[in-house]
Amino acid sequence: MAGMPIVNRVEAARFPAFPVGGAAGASLKPEHLAAIHADPAPVGFFEIHAENYMGAGGPPHAALAAIRERWPVSLHGVCMSIGGPQPLDKGHLKRFKSLVDCYEPALVSEHLAWSTHETTYFNDLLPLPYTQATLDRVAEHIEEMQEAIGRPILLENPSTYVIFKESTLAETEFLRALVRRTGCGLLLDVNNVFVSATNHGYSALEYLADFPLEHVGEIHLAGHAEQEDDEGALLLIDSHDGPVADAVWKLYGIVIGRRGVVPTLIEWDSDIPEWPVLKAEAAAAQVILDRHAVSQMRSMAHG
Amino acid sequence: MVEPVISMAKKARSRLAYAAAFTPPLLDPEAREPELIAGPNGKAAKKRYNVYRNNVTVSLVNALADTFPATQRIVGEEFFRAMARIHVRQSPPVSPLLFEYGRGFADFIEGFEHARTLPYLADVARIERAWLDAYHAADAAPLKPDALASIPPERLGQAAFTAHPAARIVRSRFPAVTIFALNRQEGAVGRLETAEPEDGLVTRPRLDVFVRRLPPGGAVFLERLIAGKPLGEAVAAALEDNARFDPAANIAGMLEAGVFTAVAVSEGGRR
Repeated sequence: MAGMPIVNRVEAARFPAFPVGGAAGASLKPEHLAAIHADPAPVGFFEIHAENYMGAGGPPHAALAAIRERWPVSLHGVCMSIGGPQPLDKGHLKRFKSLVDCYEPALVSEHLAWSTHETTYFNDLLPLPYTQATLDRVAEHIEEMQEAIGRPILLENPSTYVIFKESTLAETEFLRALVRRTGCGLLLDVNNVFVSATNHGYSALEYLADFPLEHVGEIHLAGHAEQEDDEGALLLIDSHDGPVADAVWKLYGIVIGRRGVVPTLIEWDSDIPEWPVLKAEAAAAQVILDRHAVSQMRSMAHG
Repeated sequence: MVEPVISMAKKARSRLAYAAAFTPPLLDPEAREPELIAGPNGKAAKKRYNVYRNNVTVSLVNALADTFPATQRIVGEEFFRAMARIHVRQSPPVSPLLFEYGRGFADFIEGFEHARTLPYLADVARIERAWLDAYHAADAAPLKPDALASIPPERLGQAAFTAHPAARIVRSRFPAVTIFALNRQEGAVGRLETAEPEDGLVTRPRLDVFVRRLPPGGAVFLERLIAGKPLGEAVAAALEDNARFDPAANIAGMLEAGVFTAVAVSEGGRR
């Protein structure tokens, strides 16, 4: 990067304000840091799990600052427990805000899920019933988080394995209502759509047809694993431990065709491969994004 | 009829009772899956719920394995994971920051019946927990090696120090520092050639974490200084603890290791 960082506020920004639109990115893993810095053209952006950078100092912050100086960063929260019934953790909100202030991320997201009950942290994205009561509570939580960090968040659709008997709203209806009430955007995880649709026996295409794509500010793609349910039918696990499945790539192409280009992240959190393998997955997403951008330009030119 | 306020509140609570119903079986392998969930179209939810149960336990056992790699290497993966699983179920995390998890693990190991033949194991775990604390501690510049040069010798006894946020002392009745180091190095684990008790000093003056063995009396000396006691008092306590305590060598060592960030001579402490 040549020249001065772009100053987009009254005070000078600490990091350059890199654009992230139309870029494909990858999860940032400490084991890839050296390879990334040695790579003349790695990926369009990096996404971090916010909680891994909530320590006071040390190597994680040094590594993140070095990445943020050169590329846009997406801040992905994993344990705000927005989908839980109990009040948000004020200390956690404060820590999240200081990360936003410090690293000026291009994107900020959290999950429609919960992970803490009373004082226990379960370290998993747990599901919630979709009812009027949970909708009210989740909307309050999103508003509280957006208020705390001073900007809107993108809320991610979950992958689920069970349904709640008490649910009265469809997941897409629930997300649509949250967008309307809180002004948040959505993070569409296409792998989660495929996983949940398979697990619950509905059509991923119908789910996507009902999904408010116009509010999608980021897309996630990831690998999943296969197990069986009690009846011996296929049960997909959102494992993030392998390449993106062909069916998910197909759905992704359909989403981009309808929605237009959106920053897209390849998530890989377990059985992490060498950097070139993860980079190749992001490059595959970039090809789909670029192809669509070109065809959009052509159709505009030919009016 | 207007519903009484209390019953309305109760109803609202019950509509949000899913977390209280969903969580108890997560850490209890004997418990049935919660009543409020199901599979689609009347399908069962046992294996489906087990996905969550498995995610919770396995990811927390993994978190302990990440924090305590030398401990795992000593006992082997299978033993470690079985031991960690019991701890996870008894003492799940109370913070969403996983690098804070495992503070009770060393004490758990100490009381763990099947680890009694490895009495040093808990101390190795204590060093590993201190290592991670140092890794995530706030950044601070350590004192320079000549930091004490400007203090007149007759006032050195009143000098008090500010501890670096990363500095930790771990005392052991076993050669825990050597065992820790042998099991953290790449390649084969070397031979243990000592049975002497060892006190460990963990520091992170810049980005790298260092674990050192403290000389005789060094732990008592640094514990006093970290607690803010003046140098003279710390030297006296260290000499009382071990007559072989060498003040000059320990002062040079603590400056080199980066245990402190500031030093001041209090006027009030003047005699």
